[in-house]
Amino acid sequence: MAKVLMKGNEAMALAAIKAGCDAFYGYPITPQNELPEYLSKHMALNGRVFVQSESEVAAINMVYGAAGAGARALTSSSSPGIALKQEGISYMAGAELPGVIINVMRGGPGLGGIQPSQGDYKQITRGGGNGDYYLYSLAPESLQEAVDLIKESFDIADYFRNPVMIAVDGLIGQMMEPVTFDNETPKWELEPKTWAADGNRSNREKNIINSLYLDPLMLEKHNLKLKAKYDVMRDKHQRYEMINVKDAEIVIVAYGSMARIARTSIEILAEKGIKCGMIRPITIFPFPDKAFRKLQDSVKNILVVEMSTGQMLEDVKIANECERPIHFYGRVGGIVPEAEEVVSQVLKIIGGEDNA
Amino acid sequence: MPKSKTVYKRSEGLSLMDNSYCPGCTHGIIHKLVAESLVELELLERTIGISSVGCSALNYDFFSCDMQQAPHGRAPAVATGIKRVRPNSIIFTYQGDGDLASIGIAEAIHAAHRSENITIVFVNNAIYGMTGGQMSPTTLLGQKTTTSPDGRTKAHGLPLRIAEMMATIPGATYIERVSVHNPQHVAKAKKALKKAFSIQNDNKGFTLIEFISTCPVNWGMTPKDAVDWAVDSMIPYYPLGVFKDATEGEEK
Repeated sequence: MAKVLMKGNEAMALAAIKAGCDAFYGYPITPQNELPEYLSKHMALNGRVFVQSESEVAAINMVYGAAGAGARALTSSSSPGIALKQEGISYMAGAELPGVIINVMRGGPGLGGIQPSQGDYKQITRGGGNGDYYLYSLAPESLQEAVDLIKESFDIADYFRNPVMIAVDGLIGQMMEPVTFDNETPKWELEPKTWAADGNRSNREKNIINSLYLDPLMLEKHNLKLKAKYDVMRDKHQRYEMINVKDAEIVIVAYGSMARIARTSIEILAEKGIKCGMIRPITIFPFPDKAFRKLQDSVKNILVVEMSTGQMLEDVKIANECERPIHFYGRVGGIVPEAEEVVSQVLKIIGGEDNA
Repeated sequence: MPKSKTVYKRSEGLSLMDNSYCPGCTHGIIHKLVAESLVELELLERTIGISSVGCSALNYDFFSCDMQQAPHGRAPAVATGIKRVRPNSIIFTYQGDGDLASIGIAEAIHAAHRSENITIVFVNNAIYGMTGGQMSPTTLLGQKTTTSPDGRTKAHGLPLRIAEMMATIPGATYIERVSVHNPQHVAKAKKALKKAFSIQNDNKGFTLIEFISTCPVNWGMTPKDAVDWAVDSMIPYYPLGVFKDATEGEEK
């Protein structure tokens, strides 16, 4: 199939159908509305389930139910709606259920705004709800990458029996780009879902989907089992791209739309004879700290650029292990930094104006 | 020698695990009725029960069918999620008045509104039992609880009649309130449950059976006094009966 021109939210919706998503449950919120709108028509055409729920809370609990019954379930929302879903997401992690959540981020806190933002970094990468858990969180920079990662995300969720969050911002949700749905995605070895409480007990004992462990020793054992899973994600499944880092004197750290803009900044700087590279996290959990150990001695400074007041900044500081000075530049409120703004920051740092 | 004959035994719908309910509490009877109804209708093998939060949170261990434990109040949403992907299964939620009438009222109303093909077993004992006897939306006027120590007043809100309210929802198919305070009513309650599960099995939509139940410990009564209080105080405010029957396609 040739490339087709699609809006981000619609392309992500179609990617989920291609991934074998059985059911979508969601509630309207800008700037992700085209995603459920597209699915309301196309899930039915493909013999799948679409439900517009009464709230985000209900939607994620429907996902929890469907996942418990062994189905591939999806919900999508935007920042304040994701906050409402945290209850169900925590239950999914606790009960070890797969599922995919697409977060088309907008500005906050509170009702915030409806323009692009990366203000949910902590909400996404720190679990978000109650208890010790994490979501495998993917942050694509383009519609094509979003399509490819969503196609793979259902496998990843099934593999780990843990929810996967797709973290994009309103820019990716709202823009149009040519995309193909034919790219090969990595294959994951998946086991049959013999644990599912699907009401088909012809050949087995009853199954229970549960996150309640009243015995502290049992709950500790369960918490450590979950931790082992997150440790595997950290050890073996970090994803990142290192761009132009060879002999670079400064390295930008940016993800999602911000990384894409910074690519242009790097080109502008190259024209000025400045070697600037980039670490682009593709997983924001697990955070790709391994990338920082690969940086050469030529790198004298690190610049973190985000559409937030500096949330990923903290992870970069941890990964950097005090090796290099770290600088930060961010715009918030729905303002998307331009490539030239990032260039100015780099020039300031190199000129010694911006002290970390 | 006279031959022995089994006239009563534990339902196959219940597991062998001891339940966690206090002496005199009627949860045990209601569990038995749910289990027996599913077995007698031959639905147990494809049933998925949804435990909620409250005293019945642990009942994923007490029923012998597949079970999923739900967050507080969200059981009807969890049930919706399952039923839509497994339409041939039989789904019941088991929820108390704190769970359904308070935190989960939106999920209950909208499951009925969408006419989800599920059965809600709603156990109304007019109090939060698990957390130690706090006031719930169905606590009666004058009833003393740990958060209405001088008795419920109008300022706390008048008690909610759930069966009556749910019966006003166009998508609801069958709504009945029953009690288990004596053998006659236990038999009636089982009939109501079997009717609800049969309606679900026929894909005829949303059913809710409200049970008047007791909480001797948190009511501060003996089991016998608790049953009497349910009859003398609860049933006059929460009358028994069928509040909606749209099984023939229209309301009766």
